Amino acid sequence: MSKKGNESLTTIIVAGALCLVCSLLVSFTVVSLKEKQTKNKELDFKKNVLMSAGLIEPGVSAEVVESTFSKIKTIIVDFESGEVTTKVDPKNYDQNKAASNPEMNVRIPSGEDVASLNTRAKYAEIYLVQSEGGEIEKVILPVKGKGLWSTMYGFLALGSDTNTIKGFAYYSHGETPGLGGEVDNPKWKSQWIGKKVYNDNWDVQFKVAKGSVNSGSDNAIYQVDGLSGATITGNGVTSSMDYWFGSHGYKKFLENVREGRI
Amino acid sequence: MRIKELILTPILSNNPIALGVLGVCSALAVTVQLKNVFVMCAAVTMVVALANMGVSLIRNHVPSSIRIIVQMVIIATLVIIAEQFLKAFVYDQWKTMAVYVGLIITNCIVMGRTEAFGMKNGPIESFFDGIGNGLGYSFILIVVGFFRELFGSGALLGFQVFDLTKNGGWYQPNGLMLLPPSAFFIIGIIIWVIRTRDPSQVEEQ
Repeated sequence: MSKKGNESLTTIIVAGALCLVCSLLVSFTVVSLKEKQTKNKELDFKKNVLMSAGLIEPGVSAEVVESTFSKIKTIIVDFESGEVTTKVDPKNYDQNKAASNPEMNVRIPSGEDVASLNTRAKYAEIYLVQSEGGEIEKVILPVKGKGLWSTMYGFLALGSDTNTIKGFAYYSHGETPGLGGEVDNPKWKSQWIGKKVYNDNWDVQFKVAKGSVNSGSDNAIYQVDGLSGATITGNGVTSSMDYWFGSHGYKKFLENVREGRI
Repeated sequence: MRIKELILTPILSNNPIALGVLGVCSALAVTVQLKNVFVMCAAVTMVVALANMGVSLIRNHVPSSIRIIVQMVIIATLVIIAEQFLKAFVYDQWKTMAVYVGLIITNCIVMGRTEAFGMKNGPIESFFDGIGNGLGYSFILIVVGFFRELFGSGALLGFQVFDLTKNGGWYQPNGLMLLPPSAFFIIGIIIWVIRTRDPSQVEEQ
């Protein structure tokens, strides 16, 4: 064989052997760490649900998260009827994934799509915090919407009157740290508690204010302070509230909760 | 003796960021919070040390026509492994810096070291050269992260140091510090200080 042919043969052998070794290394790490990662992911999700309702403090151990989570009830709700459905198993259901699955989602009519989401899942995964007697104390609802750069995913907890906010938290967003990213500032989130989503006619009135809330005004109960330098993120939060608590969102379900049908 | 030199020179006298102006992209991106800085520094140091050693181990068998891509494959493999470890052990930090971990692959320091040092030296020396350069990178990032978190959010490692005006304190946070350009200014000042103290690093006019 010529020298040139020999050279290309070594090249191919070296490249092939290297790729084989590297791919083995990668697949070995991925497979051996997979279990730990899924556990982390599930734990993180549960933590977010519980934190939004103020049921746990940040930094608690995994056991506390698990035991607290086991006390709350997960239900699947059909948006259209606002009733509990058993069509999907809450264990395997992921509302965010379903929103992009053509078989599991519905297109949001452009007039209704104030939060620019395009589609939403047919069914909602909702968490109920119940008293010992089985009465609903808090309803934890997933809420998402577009901010400036990213889609912000969060949970909002309502009291049994389905109007008073009991807690709120975004668990995933890609807003500018320090500006829009302050949506996960604990100080800011604590303002939400006690505010109302709906006015007397059950229209969504909740809003992120421009600047600070004027505490003297009638609307103060429906508003939280704006984030400085983050007008668009704030508007995104407002419009996602508009959408999810409007008639295309959880409104019907919440009506059913109020009337004791859930 | 040589190992000590390999580890120490890249920190001040031959710093990859301050002298080589390499790896600046991630120095801008992840330095808003010190906690992320530490995770990033650990990941980069491990990747550059192991990549340098890996390249050095096979340097005599790699045809020069494909040497760059071979280095790239080794670096990419190590970065994926590092990312998997972060995901399994420090999930919260991984979540806040997910994209930037993957971007270690394109960090010029890593490839710069494998090409300039790993291809020409033995594996043990290459390993320590990698550690040294990782530490040099870490040194700059920690300084930048320190100032950005302190003046940008009045905190260090997440603990509030200055009372912010919005919480009723005296410190009005500097918004510029939270944006990437501020890291440019801080790195510029560090380079200025280092080169004033050691004029031999100044480029000839």
